[in-house]
Amino acid sequence: MLAKRIIPCLDVDNGRVVKGVKFVDIRDAGDPVEVARRYNQEGADEITFLDITASSDDRETIVHVVERVAGEVFIPLTVGGGIRRAEDVRRMLNAGADKVGINTAAVFNPEFVKEAADRFGSQCIVVAIDAKRVSAADEPPRWEIFTHGGRKPTGLDAIEWARRMQSYGAGEILLTSMDRDGTKIGFDLQLTRTICDSVSIPVIASGGVGNLQHLVDGVVEGGADAVLAASIFHFAEYTVGEAKRYMQERGVEVRL
Amino acid sequence: MGNLRSVAKAIEHVAGPGDRVLVTDQPQRILSADRVVFPGQGAARDCMAAISEHHLNRAVLDAAHSKPFFGICMGMQVLLGHSDENGGTDLLGLFPGNVTRFPEGQVVNGQRLKIPQMGWNRVSQCNPHPLWEGVGQGSRFYFVHSYYVQPEDPGLVAATTDYGVEFPSVLARDNLFATQFHPEKSAEAGLCLLRNFLDWDI
Repeated sequence: MLAKRIIPCLDVDNGRVVKGVKFVDIRDAGDPVEVARRYNQEGADEITFLDITASSDDRETIVHVVERVAGEVFIPLTVGGGIRRAEDVRRMLNAGADKVGINTAAVFNPEFVKEAADRFGSQCIVVAIDAKRVSAADEPPRWEIFTHGGRKPTGLDAIEWARRMQSYGAGEILLTSMDRDGTKIGFDLQLTRTICDSVSIPVIASGGVGNLQHLVDGVVEGGADAVLAASIFHFAEYTVGEAKRYMQERGVEVRL
Repeated sequence: MGNLRSVAKAIEHVAGPGDRVLVTDQPQRILSADRVVFPGQGAARDCMAAISEHHLNRAVLDAAHSKPFFGICMGMQVLLGHSDENGGTDLLGLFPGNVTRFPEGQVVNGQRLKIPQMGWNRVSQCNPHPLWEGVGQGSRFYFVHSYYVQPEDPGLVAATTDYGVEFPSVLARDNLFATQFHPEKSAEAGLCLLRNFLDWDI
């Protein structure tokens, strides 16, 4: 049967990996190609690049990064960050990306998701959803979509939004809990489970991973099809291979 | 498009110094090539429209009969007779049979099976084949698809994969080998398959 996917995520700023990557045998830990190659060797099922370059003038650098990685790492590559127009999608796919992540642009212009899916196929359109719990502790749980790194509410209900993005042609959802992002206390499992049960397309859980048990919880309790993590792999707390063996020992089907 | 470029890059990666990899939509180039890789693009209807727009029907079928030929994903599906995709689409018809969507709402071990199938699944080889050289039985390959092939001739099925239904994930006959998965995105196992294809003497 289909394996659960482990996806390391690299934040790339102006062509360089940010957040220290600590691999003893890597010459240049800031080079996305070297880091991607290393994750591939460890058995990553896909690699996601998040372009956090602030200036749009420097956006071209991520295209060259993708081209270089795609020339020597033969697993699926996803690129997110700054994807706002069909032209951005086309450029990334031409550079060798297999999927693009659409986040803010989907919120401000939902038709863009439809347009991109029609033109390039659902299989390459990942909609990134940043959700935050807005219900009080004694209320039934409710999550809302936030933008600007979790600072700006949009009034959009997360479940309705996920369903709408599916109906607009999204092929996959990258779900990030803004309450958990960076906390290392684990995924928001209730959110993960709720969204997974609300759509029929694959869901990648993200936000909050601090140890390997969190990855297991994301797929077993959260029902996620894939788990994305950044810092536990960047700082070499765990290798991707260790994560997979740990998951397999706990009954999760992985590619080893 | 992304897919074409990825396929070309993966083949270049495993190709020998004397091999030249060419991405083309010219019938003449397909007819004169030593080997043909046919990735296919988009949904069934778009793919068939592009094939006829570029007058590739005859060149593709000719190659599929006469020289080492590797179909990938949609490039495998269009070899059949008919697809249920896009409200029903007639295909190239090399192999009688249908292309069908995965059933909705399948639940296996308490988990709902998503459509598309997206990720790494096991490929069970039915018979020895030169392209399996060095590829372990049950190796995982990367899949992205909502539809699967059902050829009328069971003898065409070279491997199967389980996604709620057990479906043909590889078809092979004489000089032809076609996979539902993406060898160009399947890490070492996929590169091994492509390398074997370049070495394949028929």
